[in-house]
Amino acid sequence: MSSAIEVRSLSRVFSGRKEIVALDDVDLTVEEGELFGLLGPNGAGKTTLIKILCTLLLPSSGTARVLGYDVDSEAKQIRKRINMVSGGEISGYGLLTIRENLWMFTQFYGVQGKVAKQRIDALLEEFGLEDKADVKLRTVSTGQRQKMNIIRGFSTDPDLIFLDEPTLGLDVTTSISIRNYLRRWVREREGRTMMLTTHYMREAEELCDRVAIIDRGRIVAVDTPAGLKRRVGNDSSFLIETTPIDTARLSSLTGVRGLTARPSNGHLKVRMVLEDESVIADVISAVVAAGGKVVGLSKNEPTLEDAFMHLVGRGLE
Amino acid sequence: MAVRDHLRTLRLAAWLGWQIESNWARPALFLLYSFIRPIATTLILVIMYLIIKQDVSSDPAFFSYVYLGATFYMFVSSVVFGITYVIHADREHYQTLRNIYISPVSLYVYIIGRATGKVALAALAVVISMAFGILVLGLPFDPMLVDWPLFAIAMLLGLACLVSLGLALAGISMLTAKHSTSINEGVGGLVYLLCGAVFPITVLPAWGQAIGLMIPVTYWLELIRRSLYPGEGIAMLGGLQDFGDLTILSFLLASTLVFAALSLAMFHLADRNARRKGKLDMITTY
Ligand SMILES: Nc1ncnc2c1ncn2[C@@H]1O[C@H](COP(=O)(O)OP(=O)(O)OP(=O)(O)O)[C@@H](O)[C@H]1O
Ligand SMILES: [Mg+2]
Repeated sequence: MSSAIEVRSLSRVFSGRKEIVALDDVDLTVEEGELFGLLGPNGAGKTTLIKILCTLLLPSSGTARVLGYDVDSEAKQIRKRINMVSGGEISGYGLLTIRENLWMFTQFYGVQGKVAKQRIDALLEEFGLEDKADVKLRTVSTGQRQKMNIIRGFSTDPDLIFLDEPTLGLDVTTSISIRNYLRRWVREREGRTMMLTTHYMREAEELCDRVAIIDRGRIVAVDTPAGLKRRVGNDSSFLIETTPIDTARLSSLTGVRGLTARPSNGHLKVRMVLEDESVIADVISAVVAAGGKVVGLSKNEPTLEDAFMHLVGRGLE
Repeated sequence: MAVRDHLRTLRLAAWLGWQIESNWARPALFLLYSFIRPIATTLILVIMYLIIKQDVSSDPAFFSYVYLGATFYMFVSSVVFGITYVIHADREHYQTLRNIYISPVSLYVYIIGRATGKVALAALAVVISMAFGILVLGLPFDPMLVDWPLFAIAMLLGLACLVSLGLALAGISMLTAKHSTSINEGVGGLVYLLCGAVFPITVLPAWGQAIGLMIPVTYWLELIRRSLYPGEGIAMLGGLQDFGDLTILSFLLASTLVFAALSLAMFHLADRNARRKGKLDMITTY
């Protein structure tokens, strides 16, 4: 049996005024039945990778096989069995109803009429869109359009689905119910594979069997969320609360792998990953030297975010 | 199996195209756009003709030549540019192009389906323009004297040829920004001048005539005129009087086949290029 996705030495260069290497010699294997996440900062190359895998974009070099077929020469075979939805996607024909839009796409995939109808109804209910089903798409909200597109992705019952930031811009309750659905979708039937990209650590941690951390077009690490966290080591994840300071100096200290700072109640909460515990003394001196006052200090169980900082050298925000 | 899939795609796309074309939410705008504008364009030519020739009845064959050419040329602009518009609309306005592109349907077949709505509307506009010409301007016409079989075959081949031309341009549209319609307009203007739409190609310089004779639209319009005009007089005008109807029909058939093959090749080339350059979900930024 072949893997769901097999990427070998894949590169993608965009030529323009300046050449941009969006993907740089990427190797990656995703097994059938996996819920696989791509995690990385803006411009890391996540969307580019997804576009190549769903046959929208050609690689510059290297190969990618999806469901055993080559994305370049065997795109036809791939297209029958995949689908893709990107976050914030508002595409659709405004003068058709939501149901008509969905119906048309299932028919592009040759889904048998009765099956398509049942599936669309079930999904509309699942995503709380049944009362908008027969309303023209142009009259619904952006979030509802986005939900329709998520339904579009699942309505063709693909063997492999690509979701590019599926919960981007959706409210918290909706995001939770979508995450629940995604998990169920992969678990409930054998052999269905999902690849999603996300900026939300929680999403990656909660959902994914394995996560690839991607930065500047390169895959930095591929592991289970737990495995990634283990790489941080136990003694090096700290949370410091201080009066507001400029954190630029802190990140340049030797021994600081990465940090993120968030304002909170007039203070600053700085989460950092250190090479080892002893560096914390330097950090505190630096905070004081920058005119700050430390009001709290704690050591933490490493999170996926810490793992990300540890590997990439900076936070995701 | 594959044929059945293509037929389904064709049917769906035609349905969608018709939904979009017949979106009568603003009927006034729709009527203006679909009928009044093309007919007005034809009428401008008629007025120019009247200024030069003073009246219609003095030279009915020549008037028919101009009027039929201008009227049926509506198919060219409507079909050819309608098709290229599908790419830009689906890519940027509806943003569905990439979803359709990564689906199992053939984009080529899909676009042909979408175009049928345009063809239907153009046909309606042509019928209205013809009625106006016959009833108001005294355009010579007698249904008993029309060569209907020749007309039907010519229409069929002509539309096939226009759809091919449209698809070739649609291929180019995949690679261009929304506002760069200059290629289309350039091609449209050139074809208009070279195919004898409103004046016989005999007035063109030799090289212009040579190109004109390579464009299937030239033969198509000639056959339309010959089949619709009651009598022989019109065949003397187009510079093709040495050729019989069947010969011209075979020219039309041959050039349509060549055009279709070329457009298919061009479309596939453009498709690949668009996929290589990442143009399929491009949004034109101004
Ligand atoms: N069509 C294009 N033309 C030129 N450059 C592009 C194109 N698409 C992407 N890029 C560049 O490739 C790089 C990777 O982009 P990509 O969209 O894959 O990032 P991403 O990881 O999805 O980022 P984000 O989290 O912001 O969505 C970026 O530097 C981007 O500017
Ligand atoms: Mg992206």
